[in-house]
Amino acid sequence: MYLRPEDRARPNRMALRIAVVGGVAVVLFAILFFRLWSLQILDGAENLAEAKNNRTRSTKIVAPRGKILTRNGEVLVDNRTSLALQVDTSKLPEDEAAKNAELRELGALVNMKLPRVLERIEEEEGVVAAGAPITVRNDVGYQLIYYIEEHPGKFPGVTVEKVFVRNYPNENEAAQVLGHTGEVSEEELEKGPYKGFEPGEVVGKEGLEASYDSVLRGTPGISRYQVNALGEPTPGGNLTTTPPVPGKSLKLTINPAVQRAGEQALSERGAGAFVSMNIHTGEILGIGSDPTYDPAVWTKTMSQKEYESLAGEEGGEPLFNRAVEAAWPTGSTYKLMTALAGLENDYVTGSTVVDDNGYIELAGQKFENSEGAVNGPISLTHAFEVSSDVYFYKLGARMWNNNDLQNWSHKMGIGDPTGIDIPTGESAEGLVPSRQWRDQLFEEELTERPWSQGDDVQLAVGQGDLQTNPLQMAIAYATLGNGGTVVTPHLGMEVLDPAGRVLREIDPGPRRHVDIKPESRQLIMEGLHLATSGPGGTATSVFNEFPIEIAGKTGTAERAGHAYNMSWFISLAPYPNPNVVTVVVVEEGGFGAESAAPANKQILEAYFHNTLKKENEEETKETEESYEGEVGSGEEAAVEEEGYEEVPYVEEGAEGTGEGG
Amino acid sequence: MMYATRARQARPELFEDRPTIGERLGLARMDWVLAFAAFGLIGFSVFTLGQATTHDVPGSPDYYVERQAIYGIVGIVGMFIVSRIDYSRFRELRVGIYTFVCVSIALVFVFGFAALGSRRSFELPFFSFQPSELAKLLLVLALAGFVIDGARRSSPIRRTIRYLALGLAPAAMVFLQPDLGTSLVLVVGTLAVMYFGGVPWPHFAVIGGVMTVLIASVLVVAPDVGHPVLKEYQEQRLTSFLNPSSDPAGAGYQQDQSMVAIGAGQKTGRGNQATQTRLDFVPERSTDFIFAVIGERYGFMGAAFVLSLYALLIWRALRIVTLSKNRYGILIAGGIAVELLFQVFVNVGMCLGIMPITGIPLPMMSYGGSSVLATFLAIGVLQSINVQARLSRQGRFAW
Repeated sequence: MYLRPEDRARPNRMALRIAVVGGVAVVLFAILFFRLWSLQILDGAENLAEAKNNRTRSTKIVAPRGKILTRNGEVLVDNRTSLALQVDTSKLPEDEAAKNAELRELGALVNMKLPRVLERIEEEEGVVAAGAPITVRNDVGYQLIYYIEEHPGKFPGVTVEKVFVRNYPNENEAAQVLGHTGEVSEEELEKGPYKGFEPGEVVGKEGLEASYDSVLRGTPGISRYQVNALGEPTPGGNLTTTPPVPGKSLKLTINPAVQRAGEQALSERGAGAFVSMNIHTGEILGIGSDPTYDPAVWTKTMSQKEYESLAGEEGGEPLFNRAVEAAWPTGSTYKLMTALAGLENDYVTGSTVVDDNGYIELAGQKFENSEGAVNGPISLTHAFEVSSDVYFYKLGARMWNNNDLQNWSHKMGIGDPTGIDIPTGESAEGLVPSRQWRDQLFEEELTERPWSQGDDVQLAVGQGDLQTNPLQMAIAYATLGNGGTVVTPHLGMEVLDPAGRVLREIDPGPRRHVDIKPESRQLIMEGLHLATSGPGGTATSVFNEFPIEIAGKTGTAERAGHAYNMSWFISLAPYPNPNVVTVVVVEEGGFGAESAAPANKQILEAYFHNTLKKENEEETKETEESYEGEVGSGEEAAVEEEGYEEVPYVEEGAEGTGEGG
Repeated sequence: MMYATRARQARPELFEDRPTIGERLGLARMDWVLAFAAFGLIGFSVFTLGQATTHDVPGSPDYYVERQAIYGIVGIVGMFIVSRIDYSRFRELRVGIYTFVCVSIALVFVFGFAALGSRRSFELPFFSFQPSELAKLLLVLALAGFVIDGARRSSPIRRTIRYLALGLAPAAMVFLQPDLGTSLVLVVGTLAVMYFGGVPWPHFAVIGGVMTVLIASVLVVAPDVGHPVLKEYQEQRLTSFLNPSSDPAGAGYQQDQSMVAIGAGQKTGRGNQATQTRLDFVPERSTDFIFAVIGERYGFMGAAFVLSLYALLIWRALRIVTLSKNRYGILIAGGIAVELLFQVFVNVGMCLGIMPITGIPLPMMSYGGSSVLATFLAIGVLQSINVQARLSRQGRFAW
């Protein structure tokens, strides 16, 4: 290779220059090594002591969590400050006797005996992550702070911290969906959404508090300040402060009037659940599970026994959210699915007449109408009106050999996750029994018989192995009501900043669309309407006085091991163009019309409060001042019920005309 | 590959001497000691970040680790690619490279992303790109080209002034971002290229004298007459190192804390007991002060190990200077070697309290995509010089 003279390396002069750089490099590295050695080996012990006794401390300033509000801004959850007596177990004396002496004295200050204090610490150690201070008692008095500060060396590892705890002004309202908060646990630090959090941080544990944790949780601030050798802050020694950022607020779709009416209706009738949902958007207007409880128990120090009474079956499992997690049969309310599968797959039409002689017999087994009713020849709409089981038994029997009923059940959202924005247990998925499912179990010898015609006959009327919950049924009825849109039920509506400005609207959108023939929808809606208004309607007695036309279905579900039947009622209102679906289940309520239907009516009364009031006033007005013709029609108002404030509509109108005249 | 397969079926005998994949990639001619020193450093960086930064980003404990690992992998791939390129191409491209350096730095002023009060980088979809980091390498490549190009064209003094002007222009722009540390690296890179380019010793004496006067006037005279050149925090950092502990919340205090942290590591380190670097006593622990984390967590053993890797790196870089087949290779290898040495010494020296705080990252250890990538590309250039030197010695040309 030819190199031009100026391009060729000139070895001698260059060698010197490279050697100089090499020499400099050796010297510089020698300096670094020497300095490192001097800091770490020669002065290491001193530096370690200095590090341990560092003159600055930083403390976290807790940030309040965001509020949870109803759709019209009423507070469901906010915060209050509390003083918590906390113990950092790693800083307690190592000597057992000295430790117990300290804790005994501490316990005496807050009226707790030593065994109770130790028990408390042990219980909490199992729950909170290692390294986090343990709260021995909440809501202690201010004087405790002064006492502990006045005796610095006496209580090592003990602090009284100002903390924010959740506050529930309406006590047990919507308790199960709100969920609760708590200190992050050891397992949660390992995996899941709270992985890598600081031990001791308060996070959402259940319900909306958990699913919207990232919205609600604030960012703690940090204050760095100088301390003296005793660890006490020196006056004016504040170095830097990063202010805490409060969490954002969450506005729910809950309509408080509907929510209260639902909870009231249930509490009058015993354990059960209700859901009320906008059928077009999936916005949940009210949801509840009875028995319920006051979530404020989580803000106090809870003992194992108290917890068991909340979670155990003896107390009715108030923690259990029946509306979304129950695994129940539905009784006749399921006939919607059977009718749809029959109509859409051309097993029946509106004019098909079936002879209902009170029972059918299959392989020696007799399936009867309830109370031995005999309805004679009936069509589909009539079968809905009187809730003929035989009609649907026969329909189910015809579909037993294929998956038509199961397919339509899944299409309408039964037996699948609902997509609701709160965490739900496994049971929330439900189960639509099918040939494949039962035959699989039979193969694994977990059941004594394979799939039979009787299984589909049972499913056709919502009995047998069917497991679903009020929310899934609400989705199914909403899908029929809106013409085929499977909505995503949701409770979150808006994310607000602490000043109340809307940061983000929550709209999960529909999950999918199901093709339902308009004729099928029409027929079923008619049948459901007849059930609440026809002469033989199962719920006519409940709704004949109700001024708003509705479509609805009673259900009476038998459950093995339960003395009383489960009472269901599902309504779509108003008829024929519904906006809202309302499901009520009373666990031991007997016939559907007996308890669930009246409860459902109570909720509808709350929902249509403004319209009803208007109609009443209109009536009185018509009699008193018959010339007042231009008052808005009740039906229009029903569509936009939420927009109306409780303004005395008529008086306003009267005033207007008064001035004009 | 398709072509090769078909050809082999047709005429297999022609391919008896077919080079292996290793030969094709030039793997045998790479400096593997240099490469392993670099792999060791980035590996140790990822390991340290993994242990020390779990709580830095709430909810994603692997935030820094994952990103740094990705930067490292991209950097290593980049290194292999660059090592395959004949570095002499860069000499031909010197004007283009130089223009790119100046324009990219200038564009930061227009479109740049301001972090901690200083505009240094562009926000790209995956990471923020900091042109001044890449400029450390590119300026050396371009300037070395100019030096060889301009040899014997005019008087030595004019040449010296020309090189200085070319090198100091981008350095001045970076200084104005403001980024004192990187601009210093650029100045040192410029001087190194000039030094290996044969600029006479007396010129360096004059440059040294002028710089001393300049520094003195910037630090002492300019503020006195009311026209400070440095930002207040820059001056504070530079001077506080001469007088630490004067302000507990200030720069000198932070450096104090870094020294305490490293010292507290003693022989074998404090592991997870490393309170100094865990509890925010030491600032910027994933970037500029990562050496303090290493010192506290892994003690003298860990810190000395890392320093040894750097010593190995510099030694191999200087060795490549001596091997280079032409002057251009000497100039760029020398420039890169001196820049690396300067960065390591200033950063480690800063953590150890013997150099002022200038905001220079520790190459391949500090968290940061631009810095990791640029350093690996520079090592790729060194590898290329090594590969070309071995090829020319074997009498074979590059591909």
